[in-house]
Amino acid sequence: MGSEVTFRIKRFDGEKSYWQTFKVPVYRGMTVLEGLYYIKENYDGTLAFRASCRMSVCGSCAIKINGKPRLACETQILSLGSSNIDIEPLDNFKVIKDLITDFEGFFKKHEHVKPYIIRKDDNYENPTEILQTPEQLYAYYDFTLCIKCGACYSVCPAAAREDYLGPAAITAAYRFNADSRDGGSEIRYALVCGDNGVWRCHFAAECSEVCPKQIDPAKAVQKMRVKAALHTIKSIFGW
Amino acid sequence: MKVQHDIVIVGAGLAGMRAAIAAAEKSRELSIAVVSKTYPIRCHSVCAEGGTAAVLREDDSFDLHAWDTIKGSDFLADQDAVELFVREMPKEILRLNSWGCPWSRLEDGRIAQRPFGGHSVDRTVFAADRTGFHEVHTLYERMLMYPNIVRYDEYFLTSLVIEDNEVRGITAIELKTGDLILFEAKAVILATGGAGRLYGFTTYSHTVTGDGMAIAYRAGVPLKDMEFVQFHPTGLVPSGILMTEACRGEGGYLRNKLGERFMQKYAPERMELAPRDVVARAMYTEIREGRGFEGPYGPYIALDLTHLGEDRINERLPLIRDAAMKFAGVDPVEEPIPVRPVAHYTMGGVHTNINCETTVKGLYAAGEVACVSIHGANRLGSNSTAECLVFGRIAGEKAAEYALSKEFRHAPQEAYKAEEKRIFDEFLGKSGDESAYQIKKELNETMDKNLWIFRRAEGIKEAIRKIKELKERYRNVEIVDRERKFNTDLLTAFEVGFMLDLAEVVAIGALNRTESRGAHFREDYPKRDDVNWLKHTLAYYTPDGPKFDYIPVTITKWEPVERKY
Repeated sequence: MGSEVTFRIKRFDGEKSYWQTFKVPVYRGMTVLEGLYYIKENYDGTLAFRASCRMSVCGSCAIKINGKPRLACETQILSLGSSNIDIEPLDNFKVIKDLITDFEGFFKKHEHVKPYIIRKDDNYENPTEILQTPEQLYAYYDFTLCIKCGACYSVCPAAAREDYLGPAAITAAYRFNADSRDGGSEIRYALVCGDNGVWRCHFAAECSEVCPKQIDPAKAVQKMRVKAALHTIKSIFGW
Repeated sequence: MKVQHDIVIVGAGLAGMRAAIAAAEKSRELSIAVVSKTYPIRCHSVCAEGGTAAVLREDDSFDLHAWDTIKGSDFLADQDAVELFVREMPKEILRLNSWGCPWSRLEDGRIAQRPFGGHSVDRTVFAADRTGFHEVHTLYERMLMYPNIVRYDEYFLTSLVIEDNEVRGITAIELKTGDLILFEAKAVILATGGAGRLYGFTTYSHTVTGDGMAIAYRAGVPLKDMEFVQFHPTGLVPSGILMTEACRGEGGYLRNKLGERFMQKYAPERMELAPRDVVARAMYTEIREGRGFEGPYGPYIALDLTHLGEDRINERLPLIRDAAMKFAGVDPVEEPIPVRPVAHYTMGGVHTNINCETTVKGLYAAGEVACVSIHGANRLGSNSTAECLVFGRIAGEKAAEYALSKEFRHAPQEAYKAEEKRIFDEFLGKSGDESAYQIKKELNETMDKNLWIFRRAEGIKEAIRKIKELKERYRNVEIVDRERKFNTDLLTAFEVGFMLDLAEVVAIGALNRTESRGAHFREDYPKRDDVNWLKHTLAYYTPDGPKFDYIPVTITKWEPVERKY
């Protein structure tokens, strides 16, 4: 109680980038997001950042905090163990304003892998109860927890080149391929084994390290690589 | 700039996305726009945790689900709407299942259900304690399959364009560029969610500021039953983050500082699983009478899950464990969670009929923004995500039918010009000496103090006076950020303006309603009064404040009786 930290924020106004510092009083449990709101409400209303749920499920507020991508809403200021907090927008995304980055391409890549159940017997009007045992559920469940916050993508060395699909999109493809209700695996293998796909991964595994949901996208990418290799061989030999 | 679509849906949470899919299924020829303030998967629906109610098995029936809902509503729900709702719900669960929702399962692979407050049987379908999150992602992903759905992510609604009482479209700011876009449309569906950020201690996301409600209200569409605000019993102290009712559905207890399961006194049959209004009042009474725990952030009640065991908690309540540890430093496996009732849901909203139609032709509303009403004076847990699915679908279908039968008519150019002038010439770059953030803070304080669980005339009058003062001060608000591009300062100023209008409707409606029903409890009128108040409130905008009217409740087969649990 009663202490103060210095937020050093990397700002961008559309033309130039600069650092600005703010003194923020902190209390136990106070989050970086609350610190950002404190600055916006008391010092500078022009500061731009995204936030919504403030309970780490919506994925809006991933930013770089002391060099590492994190969700601002779940990062306690005092847990950082420093009285200097450096705040920057995520890497590998184009900055629009201050901490707000352009996610359009990121969502397009997710869309590209057809991240939805593909079934021949899709019956909109009269659906039936498709069974799935707990065991079948747990085969893919952890990979459904991705909140698309972009943390993984921001640290991916391969994603520094713009066209790579990136860990989140490939994880989404894996999630659906591993779902017992889905029949679209072959379609997705074809989508992720192109030259913007799984072969571009360097196995740096930094994505898994920074994932706030501990999803292990690197594992999903690896699994997709093995399957995609088989798919490629099969399609070459026409099996 | 101008774009054209047959249907424009504003809001991309559960209701909006379900509406988009329904309209696209109706006809692949229709062009459907989904316009939303955030990326769809950043919507507030992702915060829904516990589940979605539906009759799936032999031990349940439509009549029982309807009766539980109507009794839960303290008889203010329209019974024809409730009957429709419960009948349509099971198919929605199965649709989400075939679209990939990772429902929690029974050993044999069927969809599992859990107990919930006010429901007579285990009726709540769930995906661990992340139900809303998974439902949102499932609908979003499904939506990607339809080429005739076009998304406009991060666009901020500023007005409805209406001519001759028919909707012609909307205007919205594209946040990335700051440009005002005119969306011309034959039909518009509002699905912008509730108004929970009127309150300071709340489960709501920062983005839930009642935009659609306020814009419809200002355009002449009446708001219904706005005085009914739900207080969820278990908000995490101090943040207000939702600790799902499923904590109690899975067997958790509420205890006072004497260690007593005090619900014994208030609802001996249902105990912790009485409806939310009953439990919230009981908790607040315990606190007021000095039996709450004292903590650094004020008094609280203990939500005790310790007897459930680590495995059960990890399987059924993983988000709760994670959130309690991260945001309160408490591991629920080891010790009880500190909780207090928290503003959670807006029962009222844009007045619609059973077809989601508003008083303006071609304008529909669905989900929390709307009031059909199936929740009446108190919503049952797991009926809100359900409502979004059923009435989202209905709104999508009705809007599609309407759009298919209708010739396109252009929106009047003057409407766009006037809006552009209002926003960029008169509002943006405005000087003044009031801060929108300070006004919001004071609004939150007065709502938390005077329009909370227990209400009295004096307190409500104080709030009304305060809201009027804030509205006056708001005229002098300064927008510090002068740029058009992603101007979140401008957005906040808009949102605070919306909230002031809505707060006034809530407060005056609450003062007028001299009875206690569901979530609206007047200490000076502690009894339900069916003779005078078995009716819906309608509030109409006027420049001098809301004008009120009342309409009857639809009763099909369940006459109001005393409500005991």
